[in-house]
Amino acid sequence: MKMPAPDAALIARKGEIVRALSRIVPGEGVVSAPAALVPFESDGLSAYRQTPIAVVLPETTAQVSEILRWCQANGVKVVPRGAGTSLSGGALPLADSVVLGLSKFNRVLEVDYPNRCAVVQPGVTNLGVTAAVADRGFYYAPDPSSQIACTIGGNVAENSGGVHCLKYGLTTNNLLGCELVLMSGEVVRLGGKTLDAEGYDLLGLVTGSEGLLGVVTEVMVRILPKPETAMALLLGFETVEGAAATVGDIIAAGVIPAGLEMMDNPAIRAAEAFVGVGYPVDAAALLIVELDGPEAECAELVGHVERLAAARGANFLKTSTSEAERLAFWAGRKAAFPAVGRIAPDYFCMDGTIPRGRLPQVLARIAELSAEYGLGVANVFHAGDGNLHPLILYDADIPGQLERAEAFGADILKLCVAVGGVLTGEHGVGVEKRDLMPEMFDPTDLACQQRVKCAFDPGLLLNPGKVFPVLHRCAELGRVHVHRGKLAFPELPRF
Amino acid sequence: MLDTAIKVLKPTTADEVEAIVAEAGATARRIEVIGGGTKRAIGQMDPVDIVLSTQRLDRILDYAPDELVLTVQPGVRLADIEKLVAARGQMLAFEPPHLTRLLGARGEPTIGGVLGANLSGPRRVRAGAARDHFLGFAGVSGRGEVFKAGGKVVKNVTGYDLMKLMAGAWGTLAVLTEVTLKVLPAPRTETTLLLFGLADVRAAEAMTLAMNGPFEVSGAAHLPAFAAQAAPLKAEMAVTALRLEGCEASVAARAAGLAAALKGFGRIDTLDPEHSKAFWAQVREVEAFVGDPRPLWRLSLPPAVGWRGPHGLPGDALYDWAGGLACLLTEEPAEKVRAVAASLGGHALCLRGGPAFASRQGPLGALQDRVKAAFDPLGVLNPGRMDGAA
Repeated sequence: MKMPAPDAALIARKGEIVRALSRIVPGEGVVSAPAALVPFESDGLSAYRQTPIAVVLPETTAQVSEILRWCQANGVKVVPRGAGTSLSGGALPLADSVVLGLSKFNRVLEVDYPNRCAVVQPGVTNLGVTAAVADRGFYYAPDPSSQIACTIGGNVAENSGGVHCLKYGLTTNNLLGCELVLMSGEVVRLGGKTLDAEGYDLLGLVTGSEGLLGVVTEVMVRILPKPETAMALLLGFETVEGAAATVGDIIAAGVIPAGLEMMDNPAIRAAEAFVGVGYPVDAAALLIVELDGPEAECAELVGHVERLAAARGANFLKTSTSEAERLAFWAGRKAAFPAVGRIAPDYFCMDGTIPRGRLPQVLARIAELSAEYGLGVANVFHAGDGNLHPLILYDADIPGQLERAEAFGADILKLCVAVGGVLTGEHGVGVEKRDLMPEMFDPTDLACQQRVKCAFDPGLLLNPGKVFPVLHRCAELGRVHVHRGKLAFPELPRF
Repeated sequence: MLDTAIKVLKPTTADEVEAIVAEAGATARRIEVIGGGTKRAIGQMDPVDIVLSTQRLDRILDYAPDELVLTVQPGVRLADIEKLVAARGQMLAFEPPHLTRLLGARGEPTIGGVLGANLSGPRRVRAGAARDHFLGFAGVSGRGEVFKAGGKVVKNVTGYDLMKLMAGAWGTLAVLTEVTLKVLPAPRTETTLLLFGLADVRAAEAMTLAMNGPFEVSGAAHLPAFAAQAAPLKAEMAVTALRLEGCEASVAARAAGLAAALKGFGRIDTLDPEHSKAFWAQVREVEAFVGDPRPLWRLSLPPAVGWRGPHGLPGDALYDWAGGLACLLTEEPAEKVRAVAASLGGHALCLRGGPAFASRQGPLGALQDRVKAAFDPLGVLNPGRMDGAA
């Protein structure tokens, strides 16, 4: 993984840069001592580390605006950062960059129940949004597993999902508006309390843009009334095929569960050893199905799902009988990553999405690759929407294993694309999948995306080295390709 | 704008679209892009040299009900898609309106047109808009380049979400040549609870109460007396309607719960599934305004205060999206309609009788212009279509 070559002249200007930032954010708002920069070297993708020139922690939109304006005028690269939980290296600093941390933007500004929305600062955690509205029976639907720590600003940047997005959508489907500061320092407001926005849907464009288009300084989210009841089922299968077929049957029966998760045997064992919630450790695959709504609906659908699972050979079947038990069913799944962290020193989490019908084939191929690379793999899977999370186990202290794990991961993602899927379902491209983008997109596709980048940040100063494998200068991309010469379709009527 | 002397080109492949757009760019000509042409009268258009119709890009490419995805060419008629997915017990959850009768248009709306206008129906409040079900596309930019974005699976964050940008771009950025949509299971049954005689402000309160409870309301509309007179309601007073969809047991339980919650709003009637369907089709198509020649507006407003918009503007209004969408017939000047909408934190789209969009202003307007230029720097596609009044 190569980052853009750092600009030594810029790094040499550290003193001047720190002074300028300190003028904008006085007090303790600028971090520049080498030891104090260590916590900002990496994010959730801990395989990669880089110390930035400095970290700046503004508290107001005006400060963010001034920082970006100064950095643009002085050619300084900026890497925005929320809680730093990105699994794709979205907040990985560059040696010649300033990290702009939004951790001090941590207030809930407004809850508007009649219009079912909350206005929060980007540093509020995902769970913090729900906490702010829970006493009135509301919640914020997207629930990435890192929701205790990850921030709503980071969720906007990554278009984060979670186990409930099958029914309730990703971040993009639950956002109403935001305040965005452009690299020029200009502040724009996108969307609002209305359902549809005016003009081009820049809110939709910015969501999931991985911090490359602007810095979000305020977020307006949709909040939902909590479902009356929620029940979860654990379904154990002797074969992966049986579990996969059951997922297809559930959807085909017209049931969209609130959550529909699958774990393979290594993941079941790791999770059970970690939390001990009664998962069937001998099963080849485990489904966790959550159904929510009125009690009458849950009862009917639970029976329906149980029958479908039994018909596909489920030999372990357990339905939650209390809220505590439902949460226990989820505890293993939500702790799958740390659980796997206990059985291997390091792991990479892949994030491809595939057409669900290809699951048995893809899992079989992943098992073959695991043997070929000599690295273990545990699979957790947002089965309902086809989003795979193979966890590749390796030991970074053993020479060569990191590179082997990277190559294994790349093979899995290429496989996802080859069967009609995509590189990333919810974690983002970041640096991790950046060089695989040509697997999905040809140079013209990428040029179209980069021109959008140029419309927001013509100097390419915001979060460089992420998402795009090759960065073209905006002037070069801006040239209009004029189609001359022989007509491609002479038989077509002409004007 | 509707100069019939202009040649209409009907390409049948993406390569043909590319050739047409590229050549237009090279020869400084401009193109109007149309699907069924039913929404052609919305907004203004600078003079064009060519009309490009997607009508013959009309193939259904892949429908995988178990994967919840459908890939089609943009010229496929909306009605044909509705029939196709209904046969497998599925639906386009955003319930796109046709608006053909409302706009007095001939022809059939296409899926490309629906996406280009980001049009959504009553289920918008629960299921999201057209843009929320738009998973991927291939198209030809104003530069005459074939490109694609998104994917053919329901969950994907690879690269910028250009689908959001294309939805509601009114064909000003690219000509779509292939689109992938998310489809969902259709509900097994539905019912509608009706409240009677509520003033607009009280109706807004009732709709807010319903939306804020655990009832999964999938349609919340308020029709003042003049509009409630039509079949199937034939009511003599204002009607506020709340739709519940799902499996039988669930709908029954939620209907009972909702009725109990709405006790303070007077008599409650219910519509059976068949009449409920007919009623919401009328709401979706704004049937009450068909044939009325007055200027026609869609006001997008914060739902709880939506009723205030039309109260500041003499005319007739209907409310959908729990108050978040007001359809308004008014003779008031366009600037005034936009100003009232803006004062409430909303905006207004003129469907007939005025400039469709507000003019772009300030840093946000400049950013929108740069986004347009990124895809269509020469202004080849639908020139002026999204521009506001000068």
